[in-house]
This record gives sequence, structure tokens and C-alpha cells, in this order.
Amino acid sequence: MTADAQRRTPAPPAGTYLGMPKFQKNAKPALANEQLRKNLRHATGTIRAKRVARVSEVPEWEELRRAGEAIKNRTLRHLDTYLVQLEESLVRAGATVHWARDAAEANRIVVGLVQAKGVDEVVKVKSMATQEIELNEALEEAGIAAWETDLAELIVQLGHDRPSHILVPAIHRNRSEVREIFLREMKRYGTAAPEDITDDPAELAGAARRHLREKFLRARVAVSGANFAIAETGTLVVVESEGNGRMCLTLPETLISVVGIEKVLPTTADLEVYLRLLPRSSTGERMNPYTSMWTGVTPGDGPQEVHVVLVDNGRTNALADPLGRPALRCIRCSACLNICPVYERVGGHAYGSVYPGPIGAVLNPQLRGISHEIDQSLPYASTLCGACFDVCPVRIPIPDMLVHLRKEVADHKKGTPRVEPTAMALAGWVLSDRRHFELAQRAAGLAARVLPHTTHLGPMPWPASPWTRARDLPMPPPESFRSWWRKNREEGR
Amino acid sequence: MNAREEILGRVRTALADVTELDPVADVPVAWEYGRATAMADVLARFVETTEDYKATVVRAPAGDVPARIAELLAGAGVATAVLPSGLDDAWRAAIAASGVSVLDDEPQLSRAELDRIDAVVTASAVGIAETGTIVLDHAADQGRRALTLVPDTHLVVVRADQVVSDVAEAVARLAPAVTDGAPLTWISGPSATSDIELSRVEGVHGPRTLLVILSE
Amino acid sequence: MTIRTDGLTVALFATCINDVMFPGTPRAVVELLERLGCRVEFPMEQTCCGQMFTNTGYFDAAVPNVRNYVKAFSGYEYVVGPSGSCVGAVRHQHPMLADHAKDAGLAAEVDRVVARTYDLSEFLVDVLGITDVGAYFPHRVTYHPTCHSVRVAKVGDRPYQLLSKVKGIDLVALPDADQCCGFGGTFSVKNPDVSVAMAADKARHVMATGAEYLVTGDNACLMNIGGILHRQNSGVKPIHLAEILARTEGGER
Repeated sequence: MTADAQRRTPAPPAGTYLGMPKFQKNAKPALANEQLRKNLRHATGTIRAKRVARVSEVPEWEELRRAGEAIKNRTLRHLDTYLVQLEESLVRAGATVHWARDAAEANRIVVGLVQAKGVDEVVKVKSMATQEIELNEALEEAGIAAWETDLAELIVQLGHDRPSHILVPAIHRNRSEVREIFLREMKRYGTAAPEDITDDPAELAGAARRHLREKFLRARVAVSGANFAIAETGTLVVVESEGNGRMCLTLPETLISVVGIEKVLPTTADLEVYLRLLPRSSTGERMNPYTSMWTGVTPGDGPQEVHVVLVDNGRTNALADPLGRPALRCIRCSACLNICPVYERVGGHAYGSVYPGPIGAVLNPQLRGISHEIDQSLPYASTLCGACFDVCPVRIPIPDMLVHLRKEVADHKKGTPRVEPTAMALAGWVLSDRRHFELAQRAAGLAARVLPHTTHLGPMPWPASPWTRARDLPMPPPESFRSWWRKNREEGR
Repeated sequence: MNAREEILGRVRTALADVTELDPVADVPVAWEYGRATAMADVLARFVETTEDYKATVVRAPAGDVPARIAELLAGAGVATAVLPSGLDDAWRAAIAASGVSVLDDEPQLSRAELDRIDAVVTASAVGIAETGTIVLDHAADQGRRALTLVPDTHLVVVRADQVVSDVAEAVARLAPAVTDGAPLTWISGPSATSDIELSRVEGVHGPRTLLVILSE
Repeated sequence: MTIRTDGLTVALFATCINDVMFPGTPRAVVELLERLGCRVEFPMEQTCCGQMFTNTGYFDAAVPNVRNYVKAFSGYEYVVGPSGSCVGAVRHQHPMLADHAKDAGLAAEVDRVVARTYDLSEFLVDVLGITDVGAYFPHRVTYHPTCHSVRVAKVGDRPYQLLSKVKGIDLVALPDADQCCGFGGTFSVKNPDVSVAMAADKARHVMATGAEYLVTGDNACLMNIGGILHRQNSGVKPIHLAEILARTEGGER
């Protein structure tokens, strides 16, 4: 931990997201971790039940979803118009607007702004965009400490960990793990946790309050994201629960907001749709405890220097594919993660991105491209069960998009000597024509006649091993249906 | 090319399939904005949902509000309170008379000073019955945002005529303030977190005690 | 009990997996529909809906299946398949694949045939207007609504309506019924560990019901859950909906 000694903030785990192996490999240790499985089952089950209860209170839910879908479609299909309008409104309201083509540029801008203020620390509101561009590490490299202030982000940061969920980044940790992290780490970075602290969530939240309060009271610069950015007024919106967002957005003198270009909404009125869709889908609440809206600089109230960094970082790639575009409707509610049976069993780390779960499986390959193993594997990290679409508040057709991206991956792999394209070509030949199919059927029937007393096959070598390691495989019966049909229906008809 | 031009250029290239230039004509939105949500008793629902979020709610005739404020502050053990400049004079007088030490925010109190104050008393802009939400537009009777954030107790008075059925009506009422550049703070109960095992804990960074008077 | 319909002619879409692996299911469909007065035909040209290729990203390999499907079934008013998943794939993916093939003629044909393709439960309830098919099955049964039958083919509660009218049946609710069993086609071999974890949870819920039979409208899912149930010697027998509906009091099967 010598490198740690020179750092201002806890070091994240070694390695990069893009260097991660494919999903299947990452899933293995997660599945073997009983504690993790238990934490995830409990947490996703709890939040699913809350969501259902709150959504069922709204009779026009489906109408709301369709409005949420349509407004985002309108915005995305005319994104240039709305971005220019947003910029004009922000400038009129006293904000400075910056544009960043990619993560590196966004980080350079933010680091430069912080350095210009002559400070060596910032407080941060939970923000997916800053996680995506890995801003904290860029600031750390510049000698600037970025303090995460959302409780779950704090647990992740102090735990030298990575987020595993969009809404609840520490969903993979249980209370006793959180207690250990707080006891071990808080004292190294500020106010210590009380030595006699228990694992009661209320006590742990109390420790976070004390640990962060001194940081809130002294911070001169804050960094946030935004859930929505209103083009007509230049208003940014942050939806949160704990008040850490309000602290960051209100107390420091300078506020830097890093906002993905897809976050824009045309009008203030549009908020009525999303402020109903988001909390019920996300935390399963009628409304989240706090929502802050601010429009540039308000004289005498809050930060008097306001910057907005509009980030592309791959979003225009997704926008360019009409079949991929719907992913940009995402309002980061996490309902698709919570309902996903795959996510529930492996958690978020296996997805190799700050965007895990079904939305991550469609978003990452579009934002980052499909040249890395992890991004090639993500579209296949789903059974296509369709539960994610049912709960998505903006009706993103995730299963259809996964299939579309699988085609992109398959096309990308074409011509490379691999087992799968060959197997698919062979099976394609068998099933493309009745005569080929019947030939193959006879082969299957032959196998059954060779092993006349076998009804099921147990563990078998590859290529059957992935199936038969834990599952028996029924033997094909000696007589196919079409053979029976010929004998019993066609003859004599 | 600068980043702005390049990103806008990428966006325009990406949207080559979009031929209708008018966004509204291109994508119709089948949604009627600003509608009320039907409910039997808006005020009763407001009380129910706000209490659901572990806020204390007291209903009082307008004339009794000053007395109720004093009682609630005393009940919460408040010794010091900061009051926004535009707060109702009768409320201010009642608070001062109750023995609570009153501070003003002129000149602006520092963060550290605010942190030592027990409570803040404010009016509000809108109450939302269906969600148990109170919205501040930070007019003179509510003060700047930090006032209602740092002290640990927030007592807020909502007038019955400020309570609407649901979010849609609220957004419609608040839109002019947003256009004027006013910041908004939407508050639904005391600050809370569910970040540890999805177990809800009331009281993190924002005021841990939320006291609401519904003035009728 | 005898129900006679007005002699509709039905083309049976057996599906490739049933044809080879589970011939008892299409046979049960034949028996059931004939008992209900339909004339059943089996167009020999049929092979597969192509879903395996589509869902693995090999659209080009799936297109011949679409052409084949149209060729086999275009002459029929009613095409009935005992699989929510395959019927769902025909409905939801064939139009997309015809577009992919950039073949407007095929797309038009697909639209016509797709509109006439039914899952067995839809055909019984919506076309024949029957929920009581006169079946007899005196056993404790639990029903798993497969994902594609519910979310793609959208059969709703039709299978449940049909099952609940079966004489002698003891239909018990399956906990977490709406969660996927982990099959997912090639998912089961591409992500075998996750697939098995899901299937094992599903099997655990099935066993907890104390049912003798697990019924679904999709044999692929049944093969997945059944594979665990068999490995664990649970004694719970997987059975397709059609095979329950085909059984009658005093019948041979």
C-alpha cells in the first residue's frame, strides 16, 4: 500500500473495466460468493416489491410510460436543436458551458476548472456521468481529492471498491461489511467512525453524516451530474434522497455539473412526466426525499460560479444507430437491474462498467464499441426473458436491442475461425430445408436406438458439458413426430 | 474544429434519418399536461402521504399558526432558529415570544454559523397531495437554499390553497418561478437513505426533523 | 363430454425441438384438436422458426427459416404451435428478418402468415372459444408461465384458464412464477453457470409446491428445469400443457 500513502483518496481496485474478461468469466466468482448472492437476492427482492406497490397506485402508468418514451424520442431526434437551446439558456442564466468530446476531454476541463479555483478537494454528488468518465481518478492524479458524499458511493470509495448498481452502488455489501469498512477507513480520510458503532443502518448513516459534515462545511468546489437539463430555461435537476446533493449544490462557491448530452428535455412541463416515472421506478417511492432545480447562478443563493460540461463520450455513436438510439432514453432508474434474473445472481461487477444490468448490456457496447471482449459478451448476458422492458419507465426495448447488438457482434466475428459461426452455419444448413432436417433427425433417432434404455444423459464432455454439468439432457426418442405422422396420419388418408 | 462544433456535427450526422425538422410535428406526444389527479380529499391525502414519510403534520386554522409554530418548536427542543427575511410578522413575533433565540440571515450567516442553529421556519410554494411533497421556490418567506438545509429541524407552513393533487399540477404552478430563474427544492419527508440493504433510514444530511403545519 | 367445433382445418406447427426431442407434445396437439373436431394437417416442409439463429445474432442463417415457414404455412387459415416461444419468434422476429433480407415480397407474405399463427392456448380460447376441453388429469400440478409465452407471444392467463378447467387437477401456485428459468436458448450454453443458478432456483420453487407435475407451454424451458429436477431425483415430472389437455377420463394416455 505504498502508493496509497501518496494518494488523497482511497485507491480503487487495480485494472480497468475494458481490460476485464468476458461476462461469463466474471460471473463465475460472483455466483460462487454465497454472501453476495444473499445480499443481492435480499436487496433486489425488497426493491422490486416496493416498485410494484408504488407503480400500481398510478392508474395511468402505461400512458405515463408512453409519454416518457415520446418526449425522449422527440428530444433525441432533434438533439442538436435542443442542445443549442440549452446552451443559450444556460449562458443567459449566468452559467459557463463547456463541451467534451470524450472522457479525457471532460476530465481535462473539470481538472482545469478546479485548479483555477486553487483548491485541492471537491465534494461530489452521486453522478453516473462522472463515474463513467472516471473523473475521481483524473482529479486524484492532479492532486485533487474528490469526496463521494452519497452514502453508497462513500461505502464504495472507502471500500476501495467499484459500484455494482446504478442507484445503490453498494448493493453488494451488507451492513456488517459496511461497518467494517467505516471503522477501518473513515479515520484515514477525516472524522472517524465511533469505535463502538454497531451494524445498525441508522448508526452507520449517522457516522456518514458526521464524517461528511466537515467536508460539506469547508468545500469550495462541488461536482455534480444532472438527471435532467431543461432546454427552454437552462434548469438542471438533481434527484436524490440524503441531502448530500443539496449540500453540494448549495454550499460551495463553485459548482461544476457534468451532463451527458442525452439528459436534455425540451420544457419544464416535461418534468411532470419524469418526476412521476423516476422515483416510483427507481426507489419505489411516491417521491424521492429531495429534488433540486437550479438555473445558472442565483444571486445571493448558492454557488456564484456555475459550469456545465456537456459530454458526448460515445453517445453520438448510439444516436447514429436508429435501433440503438432508444438506449439514450434511459433515465438511470435501475428498475431493469432489479428485475433482471441474471443481475440478481451475478451482481453488477461482472458487467465491467458503471452501467451494469440489462441497460448496461445495451449501453456499453454502443458507448464503447464492440472491440473488447467484455463488450462483445454483454449482449449475450441475458436470457431475453423480457422482464426489463416491462418495468422500463421509458419503454426501452432492451431484448430487441440485445438481439440487434448480438447481430453486430456476430457480424464483427465473421471470418474469424471460431466454433460458433461454424456451428451456426451447420445448424443453419440443417434447419433451412426439410430434407436436411430429416437427415439430421434420422441421425438423432439412431443415437436413441444405440442406447435403447437411456432416457436421459448425465454429465458429458464438451460440447455438451455446459448443459450437462448440472442438468440431465433427455434423449431424443427413436421416433420423431414427423415419422409418427407419416405412419399414423398420412398412410391411408 | 472545436468540441462544440464537432459534437453538434456528430449529432447532425447521426440524425441523418430524421427529415421532419419540427420536433413537435416529428414526434407527437400523446399527453395532456397539467392535469389534476382525481382524489376524494386533497388535504387529507396530503397529510396522509406526508406523514407516511415520517414528517410531523399539524392542521391548523390560519389564525392559530403562530401558536402552533411555537408549540412545535418547543416540542422539538429548539433553542435557536433562523428566520428568512420575508417570514410572516405574526409568526416571527410568536417565535420570539416563545423564548427561542431568533437569528436573521442578513448579512448572510456562514456555513459554520448555520450548522450551530437548531431550526429554520419557512413558508412554502406548493404542497403535493399524492406524493407528500413540499416545494420551496426560495422566495423571501423561505430564504436562500442553505437556510433550509443545514439546521437539523425544518418547520414549514403550507397553506391549504397551495396544496395540489399531484406532480403535474405542481409543475404547472411552479413553471413561472423556474422561468424567472428561481431555484426549487422539492422535499418529501426528512432526508433518508436506503443505501444499506435497502433498509430505509430517516435522517442523513438534510434536516432530520421535518415539521409541517397545514394552514387552513 | 364432447365438444364439436365446425371442422376447422388447422396446420400444426410442431416446432423443430418438439419434432425431434418431444414428439409426444405435437401428437397430443393432434389428438386434442381432432377430439375438438378440427381437421389437423402437418405441412412436411416445416422445420424451425429460426429463433436460435436470430437470438445468437446470425440473421442471415435465420432468413431461410422464415422463407420455409411461409412456404409451409401460407395456404392455411389457422397455424397452431405448442410453443409460446416459437410462436412468439414467428410473430415478433419474422417481420424483422424479412426487413433484414430486404425482401418486400417476403415481408408481405410474413405479415399474412404471422396474423394466422397461434399458440395452442390462444387458438383454444380465442378461436375455438373453449376453456374446458374435456380433459381429465387427477394430479397435483404447478404451472410455470414461460417468459416468451407471456412477454412475446402474450398468451396471458389462457393456459391457466385451460388448466383450471381440467377435471381432477390440483393446480398449485408456483412461487416467483414470473421469473425466468434461465434457459434463454444459447444463453444456457454460453452462460451455463448463470443459467444453472436460475434453473436451480426455479426447480427449488417447483419442488416446494409438492407438485407431481410441472407444466409449461414450452418444452425448451421444461427441458431446462426438468434437467435439474431429473438430476436431483426430485420425482417431479415435466409435462407440456398439450399433453395434459389431451388426456381424458378413461383415455389410454
